[in-house]
Amino acid sequence: MKDFEYFSAGSLQEACSLISQYKDVGKILAGGQSLITLLRQKLISPTCLIDIKGLKELDFIEFDKKSGLRIGALTTHRAIEKSPLIQEKYNVLSEMEKSVASVQTRNWGTIGGNLCSADPIGDPAPSLIVLGAKIKLVSAKGERVVALEDFFTDYFTTIIEPDEILAEIQLPPPAPNTAVEYMKFATIEAGIKIVSTSVAVTVEAGSDVCKDAKIVMSAVAPVPLITKKAAEMLKGKKLTDDVIEEAAKMAASETDPTTDVHASAEYRKEIVKVLVKRATKKAFEKAKKA
Amino acid sequence: MDSSKKTINVKVNGESYEVSIKPKMTLLQLLRNELGLTGTKQACMDNSCGACTVIVNKMAVKACSVLAMQVNGKEVTTVEGLASKDGKLSILQEAFLEHSAFQCGFCSPGKLMSSTAMLDELENPTEEDIRRDMEGNLCRCTGYVQYLEAIKSVVQKRKEGKI
Repeated sequence: MKDFEYFSAGSLQEACSLISQYKDVGKILAGGQSLITLLRQKLISPTCLIDIKGLKELDFIEFDKKSGLRIGALTTHRAIEKSPLIQEKYNVLSEMEKSVASVQTRNWGTIGGNLCSADPIGDPAPSLIVLGAKIKLVSAKGERVVALEDFFTDYFTTIIEPDEILAEIQLPPPAPNTAVEYMKFATIEAGIKIVSTSVAVTVEAGSDVCKDAKIVMSAVAPVPLITKKAAEMLKGKKLTDDVIEEAAKMAASETDPTTDVHASAEYRKEIVKVLVKRATKKAFEKAKKA
Repeated sequence: MDSSKKTINVKVNGESYEVSIKPKMTLLQLLRNELGLTGTKQACMDNSCGACTVIVNKMAVKACSVLAMQVNGKEVTTVEGLASKDGKLSILQEAFLEHSAFQCGFCSPGKLMSSTAMLDELENPTEEDIRRDMEGNLCRCTGYVQYLEAIKSVVQKRKEGKI
């Protein structure tokens, strides 16, 4: 690892001012669960790190009936997993977090750091996108709120400007008649995901017709992939096994996975079919009861 | 560029230390190279295997992937801190011995720290809880069954009110 200058920011304001000063050579350090490996492997070598992990003002989980959920960017994965509030209102997030890396990583790693590292195999992004997440990016110049689905641009790349800091994640209140399901396929739970998917299904009140659907996957494209055509195929229909099967096939055709040591591209496409089918079916059954 | 040393204060196994370190030093290097606590093992160095697991403020973390600067003002427990001062092993350490939960032993300190943190957090973990919480600790000798049995035996003793 190369030497770097280190600053521990005492407030978000201070962090913004430091990163605006060092934006060309500096990086923000949160939990460092991806960053430190990248530094050690010399894949990146910033000459300055601005440590924000200690900022209590970005470590919170708050819910309001009208405006929904706000999660501070420095909330740890473990805190989200264990939050009674999230378990009650957005249980899919808690379930998803249980399979993010290992307990040790979840204890120290933060949700904001995870999103900013933009690893296409990351678990949180698809579930958050399905739930309609927005993120707040702040800098010394001001702030902007963007949809999380517009955040990722390529492998490990996002629209974040060098002087911006991800401050919080915002979710709308849980939608009525809607259920969200997360499923993943991995050889061991704490291991690298071969494919994971999050599916939201909304039914017409009092019927079993699908009003709206969203399917987002990780590890099958350079960014979290929204399979729009597959979701369109579900809308306005009774979700019979045949309808779901066809949508799952469509979802697989929309993916663009790569072959690596964990699985071949063909295998990933097959797994997509299975996961989308199972997750959609489960979300549909739950939505009817929601 | 100023990359000179910084001073941190950290409590390790109950003892306070003030150390002057380069910012790039990891917690693992701090423990092993600066403080001479070599019970914490260095293995994969990429946040995968869990051999370097220690407890920071009651949470298990992988010391290879935490900067020493980030434990400034915090309390760290390593495997050297599990036994009492007079050398009496912790209940989990005894259970690991009883169940021969060691093969080469390299992953054992990490496993002990993960399971210690888990049993501090959960009063009565199920087998599923144990398996899930121990996933971050790999054993290349594949000696998984014995340490699961060891942890379960401690939970059982708790249930019976023996500890």
